[in-house]
Amino acid sequence: MKRSAKDTEESARGISRRALVVGVAQLGIIGALGIRMKSMQIEQADHFRLLAEENRINIRLIPPARGLIFDRNGLPIAANEQNYRVVMVREDAGDVGEVLERLTKIVPLDPEELARAMEEMQRRSPFVPVTIADRLTWDDVARVNINAPALPGISAEVGLSRMYPWGADMGHVVGYVGPVSDYDLSRIDDQDPLLQIPKFQIGKTGAENKLEHDLRGSAGTKRIEVNAIGRVMRELDRKEGTSGADVQLTIDARLQTYVQARLEGESAGAVVIDLENGDLRAVASAPTFDPNLFVRGISSKNWRDLNENIYRPLAAKAVQGTYPPGSTFKMVTALAALEDGKVTAEETIRCRGYVEVSGTRFHCWKRAGHGNVNLHESLKQSCDCYYYEIGQRVGIDKIAEMARKLGLGVRHELPLSAVAAGLAPDKAWKAEVRGEDWRIGDTVNASIGQGYVLASPLQLAVMTARIATGREITPRLVRAIDGVEQPSGLGPDQGINENHLRRIRESMSDVINNSRGTAYGSRITDETMRMAGKTGTSQVRRITAEERARGVINNADLPWERRDHALFVSFAPVENPKYAIALIVEHGGGGSAAAAPIARDIMLQALADGEPQLSAYPSNVRGKIEEQQRKIRERIPPGSKGLERA
Amino acid sequence: MSYLEYNTKYVPTGFRKLIYLNWPIIILLTAVASTGFVMLYSVAGGSVDPWMAPQIKRFGVGMALMIGVAMVPIWFWRNLSVLAFGGSLLLLVAVELFGEVGMGAQRWIDLGFMRLQPSELTKITLVMVLAAYYEWLPTDKTSHPIWVIIPLLIILIPTALVLKQPDLGTAILLLFGGATIMFAAGVHWAYFGTVIAAGIGTIVAVFQSRGTDWQLLKDYQFRRIDTFLDPSNDPLGAGYHITQAKIAFGSGGWTGRGFMQGTQSRLNFLPEKHTDFIFTTLAEEFGFAGAFALLMLYLLVIVFCIHSAISNKDRFASLLTIGVAMTFFLFFSVNMAMVTGLAPVVGVPLPLVSYGGSAMLVLLVAFGLVQSAHVHRPR
Repeated sequence: MKRSAKDTEESARGISRRALVVGVAQLGIIGALGIRMKSMQIEQADHFRLLAEENRINIRLIPPARGLIFDRNGLPIAANEQNYRVVMVREDAGDVGEVLERLTKIVPLDPEELARAMEEMQRRSPFVPVTIADRLTWDDVARVNINAPALPGISAEVGLSRMYPWGADMGHVVGYVGPVSDYDLSRIDDQDPLLQIPKFQIGKTGAENKLEHDLRGSAGTKRIEVNAIGRVMRELDRKEGTSGADVQLTIDARLQTYVQARLEGESAGAVVIDLENGDLRAVASAPTFDPNLFVRGISSKNWRDLNENIYRPLAAKAVQGTYPPGSTFKMVTALAALEDGKVTAEETIRCRGYVEVSGTRFHCWKRAGHGNVNLHESLKQSCDCYYYEIGQRVGIDKIAEMARKLGLGVRHELPLSAVAAGLAPDKAWKAEVRGEDWRIGDTVNASIGQGYVLASPLQLAVMTARIATGREITPRLVRAIDGVEQPSGLGPDQGINENHLRRIRESMSDVINNSRGTAYGSRITDETMRMAGKTGTSQVRRITAEERARGVINNADLPWERRDHALFVSFAPVENPKYAIALIVEHGGGGSAAAAPIARDIMLQALADGEPQLSAYPSNVRGKIEEQQRKIRERIPPGSKGLERA
Repeated sequence: MSYLEYNTKYVPTGFRKLIYLNWPIIILLTAVASTGFVMLYSVAGGSVDPWMAPQIKRFGVGMALMIGVAMVPIWFWRNLSVLAFGGSLLLLVAVELFGEVGMGAQRWIDLGFMRLQPSELTKITLVMVLAAYYEWLPTDKTSHPIWVIIPLLIILIPTALVLKQPDLGTAILLLFGGATIMFAAGVHWAYFGTVIAAGIGTIVAVFQSRGTDWQLLKDYQFRRIDTFLDPSNDPLGAGYHITQAKIAFGSGGWTGRGFMQGTQSRLNFLPEKHTDFIFTTLAEEFGFAGAFALLMLYLLVIVFCIHSAISNKDRFASLLTIGVAMTFFLFFSVNMAMVTGLAPVVGVPLPLVSYGGSAMLVLLVAFGLVQSAHVHRPR
């Protein structure tokens, strides 16, 4: 339509008014937007900046290198070995199947492991490296690197993994490490963030476990920038952690490996203790296990073999195993009676082959009896009747008190798994634990180390050490942590009458060095190394009256697990004792035949700090010993095969 | 139909028209687009590919189109309005009927060199047809109910079609852009007051209905509203994008984290960082200073448009200019409100800055109409 000039003017003015209203409204909204921007970007800038930083920055832990474990001479017992592995990044590989096929031709790949890796790769983001093969040799890695152009996405990495150069010979002492498990986390109250790292290695048993605190070290951190899907863009900064402390044990690795070798074939435990400071020179249990198997993840077959073996390779018999100490306990009964004045060293007691106590007959091992015996003869010939008598005179509480004084029935704190407390029974114990009154027959049994008495080889070694020195010797396994010497195990004088101790020691010497002693066959002929000791044969079954009437069945005719335990404790040299040894051969038969010869060999090895001269042995056994030494020289520690000794 | 007799004596002809273009607007638009180029370079990690180079090319084409449109007398465009609007309605119906071949909702028709979204085209043609309508309608009939219903239908038909696609952002632009022209043309205040009151009433009713027997929205729709109102309720789900956008926006501070130093966009925490959310990258890297500067550029564009509209005696030209300015305003204000968490995410790009061809070409053609109105204004 045609508008008049007036209409046009009016229309334009109307539009202008409305346009201004629209413009003002727009200005208002723009102002609101500006205020919103200012509020977010100025007032809340810090808040949002923080959120942005949290988005982008991840803090990752850097696991520290685990502390090393050395023997007393600085030989490594637990080391960190460079471990080569091959990892694959899926997105760089292109055709994963083809690359893996090529890789298979170069390095040995376990199909099971490969399947696991493939599965993991599908699950993870394509840029996450997945381990294809672990524990490769340097040659394998070199081949992978040479063929790198044909293997896109594949790269070799180096890490640290625990290695035990002495293999099975140190298994029970050092224990092993393994990846932290949910069970570990539920069991230990440890806030260390390192434990949250998947597959972080912690000590599972033995010294590795008990010294975890020192060995672990503390975590380092690195801050990395990640993008929205978690890909690492760059490392912003890093703070290195502290490596774990190195630990030096008191163990003499060469002696330990000798002891393990000497015990091979037996189910046995042996402890060698240094009388100067309580240092445990060797803590051996046989059979043993290879800790390296556990670090790599033990196969179910190996695990079954270890578990089903009736000789129990996983049990550290030297410290965990408790046995009736048998005749090796007689020194305790004797000292208790002597100290209490219930018997003198000269007094003789008649042995008729048995004693009758409240209607029950207790037999001496020698059916015919020993006749009149004094303290000296009773120990030398190991007469039981003598101890039945003096045990009744002094009473069980005094015997138990002496036993504890000498380190029996007391748990010795050592960084080893399941150190046993043993048992030095008394009236209060029986009332409390068994709810029964102590009977005189219990005292009779206990006086010769049977009945309720239980002791580990470690405790018997401590007992022998305390008898040999008269001082309170406590065993020590850790010599130094991070170069700091640990307190010596040599304690104060125990206050036992030196005359009494001397009598006991002289008798123990005659056990071995007197031709009528029970262990004369295991004597040391080298005057400077002569040994004192005591045999023990502890019953694990009850001998019934009928059996006794028919004649006690010979050990050799019994099934293994019903035979007697063979024990032997000793110290040497007699004049100036340096070491004490306790040894048990489970179900080995008589202590003099089964245990004493082994203890002698170990003692000589310790005293000579290496292979002893044949002249230290009686001439009649030198040929046999020479053959035995040759065999042990050629022996490589089981489980350490293929591992280089550092 | 008869039209206002133009006093064409003083209207420039030939290349002299170039001198009479509204140059401030051209300069402002170029500045805005250049900001976009810089940001597209940044979000590509310091590369002209894949976004900056095509965007510059499109802007060049768009500017040429704008000048071309500006050279053609405004009465030609006015005469074309009804035809253009009818054509774009047909196209809208066409994509509704045929666009859905293949995969899901298709909002575009492939022209070979570019994909044309009829809904984009409608943004101009709706403005054109409404301006032409009110130029044709005698001024005294503007507020007559019958003559109010006609433009309402003109607005609501394409809005409904677009909403059905569904494209909420464009629907809002069409609705508010059209309403603005009606308002500017002089439709009585009471109409707008009634609609606003009814709108507020509906919103209140909807919220009041929640949890009652007569609940007006489905539960999931309420949850979406909840997420919009407080994205931190659902930081990893639907609220993730807006939460991340707000973090990017807020972490800019006064001067930003520096060119190409925005961690949120560089590390891909930001969604759609080269299209709808490009403003957050700008705010993150150039801070309040950069974001506010861009807002001021936009404001100046609006100011020059409204000035041009007011100073133009031609009813069609004025209304057209106001309509284009409003559309432009709605583009950037809805986008900014969306990325700052003031409005729900409705998929409106930041005009001339976000990567994308259709919106940029359509906007520049619209500004071509504004320029034509400016050049050919009665003197």
